[in-house]
Amino acid sequence: MKYTNITLLLILPALLFSQAPSAQEIIKRVDKNILSDSKIVVSKMIIHGRRGQRTVEAKSWQRNIDQSFTEYLAPAREKGTKMLKLGDKLWTYSPATDRIILISGHMLRQSVMGSDLSYEDMMEDPFLQNMYEAKIAGSDTVSDRPVWILDLKAKIKEIAYDARKIWVDQERFIILKENLYAKSGTLLKQITLGEVMQVEGRWIPKTALYKDALKEGTGTELIIDSISFNENIPDTIFSKASLRK
Amino acid sequence: MIIAKLAFKNIYGAGLRTWLNAIALSFSFVAIIFLQGLYNGMNNQVEKATVDAQYAGGHYWQNKYDPYDPLTLNDAHEKIPGDLAKLIAAKKATPILIRQATIYPNGRFQNVFLKGIEPEQNILSIPTSVLTDDKESIPALIGSRMAKSSGLKAGDYITVRWRDTHGTFDANELKIAAVMKTDVPDIDNGQFWIPIDKMREMTAMPDEATIIVLEKGSSFSAEVDHWQHKDLEFLLRDLRALVLTKSIGGSIFYIVLLLLAMLAIFDTQVLSIFRRRKEMGTLMALGMTRSKIIQLFTLEGAMHAVLAALVAAAYGLPLLIHVARTGYGLPEASDSFGFALGNRIFPAFTAGLVVATTLLVLIVTTIVSYLPTRKIAKLEPTDALRGKLT
Repeated sequence: MKYTNITLLLILPALLFSQAPSAQEIIKRVDKNILSDSKIVVSKMIIHGRRGQRTVEAKSWQRNIDQSFTEYLAPAREKGTKMLKLGDKLWTYSPATDRIILISGHMLRQSVMGSDLSYEDMMEDPFLQNMYEAKIAGSDTVSDRPVWILDLKAKIKEIAYDARKIWVDQERFIILKENLYAKSGTLLKQITLGEVMQVEGRWIPKTALYKDALKEGTGTELIIDSISFNENIPDTIFSKASLRK
Repeated sequence: MIIAKLAFKNIYGAGLRTWLNAIALSFSFVAIIFLQGLYNGMNNQVEKATVDAQYAGGHYWQNKYDPYDPLTLNDAHEKIPGDLAKLIAAKKATPILIRQATIYPNGRFQNVFLKGIEPEQNILSIPTSVLTDDKESIPALIGSRMAKSSGLKAGDYITVRWRDTHGTFDANELKIAAVMKTDVPDIDNGQFWIPIDKMREMTAMPDEATIIVLEKGSSFSAEVDHWQHKDLEFLLRDLRALVLTKSIGGSIFYIVLLLLAMLAIFDTQVLSIFRRRKEMGTLMALGMTRSKIIQLFTLEGAMHAVLAALVAAAYGLPLLIHVARTGYGLPEASDSFGFALGNRIFPAFTAGLVVATTLLVLIVTTIVSYLPTRKIAKLEPTDALRGKLT
């Protein structure tokens, strides 16, 4: 009996581990969760600064991974500001100046509306399987949800973050926490999910906190008010002409 | 000769009026020479400081490099070609690698340029030798303006984030090895100087550079593939244009002064012609032609300029020599002028400047003195003798 218990204790973790999908399988499932031909998102960004906080509301139209159009709805100062991403190019339009500006080079490093997100964060390819080799580092619990901890290491050279650590919900395949690292191993950014919601069979974040780890402050909260997938978005949306409309 | 003698007697006889005009005009003399000398000095100083610290004997720029467009920096780097590498090996040139980066002073972020330079170089007057002392951390040299804007001082550590040649983020700590005081804002504002070897390692750009600085007096200007030679004439063009603009702006002041002095001369001439009608009639009656009388009055006016030059020399010479020696102190705000001025400007007065100014004032005064005398050409001697001016 004693030997049976010991054998079971030795075998059980192995059995449990064998039921878990591979690391690559996990990130495929994570990608699948967000993959869609198109989506329309209405969101709020709460930016916590030294002098208080401010909320920016926006509506985004996204198609595939390389086309997106965002229109800011509030506050009044930002209302009408638009942003267009086509491939590796990003333009912004400000109604106050009635000018379209191509954001590139050092300007991509600037924060978006004073948040902890930079323009270049918005330019990243969101699909992990294209960019990283994954390794399961263990399991844990985040917000009372069992998670796998995955260490991701870049498999391509042209990539912003050399390594990531992600905490993936074992049941819903949604990243509940993410750390982004520099080549030297320095932690650069932290993303922590708050609430999650199920839309059209997918688990997606309802609230998330983005924090630039090198900067002081409490970070930037992102709240998704509504999201719809695979919408038919006209081509005209993703054109420079739509910035001035 | 008789006209010159008469003219001298007349202006000598006018007494205080002559001296007042001469003193007013002398202010213009001194102001023009002082301001022009100041701009000459400024130009010399700015050029010297900029050449010493930034341009040396000219540059080679990687084809994609454009200092006015930071967007070009991502791609503006390349392996140093053979001809330029030979110059560098012979210490006749030094390479600089430039990348954009972000620093995080006091929990906020600030965009900067990382500039890799050889610590042992002596082509530019940047104290890069301080970058050799530290083997433990990455040493960085910054200027006092950068130190002020970031709140950093020597010995401080600062986190810096950059992207390597593939666009991958990296971050590390730099140690401020020293804070340099430089008159050249272009090597200071928003810039961190670090050892080029370390920078190449950090950015995965071995043996690469963005610009190559040639030693002073270098005659090397051969065509190099993918690199453009930029001589001093080109590099200093904008700076010279900037100084010229400021000089034109400054000249408004002495133009106004000169105009006021000319107004006084004109006024004196008009008054003089009005009050000396009978004298003119007498001179005509005695056989002097109208043109001779015009010459007399014009010469009298022009003599004010000669007197003014003497008066200006009397008080201006010691004053200008003193300023040339001690310099002209600038307020702190002048740092924002945008070029290498330093704390004091030492005006440069040249013989050419003094001669040109004297000639200018003399010619302008003569013209202004002549204008009111044209009335004399229509003067009838009989009318003049009766005190009439037609």
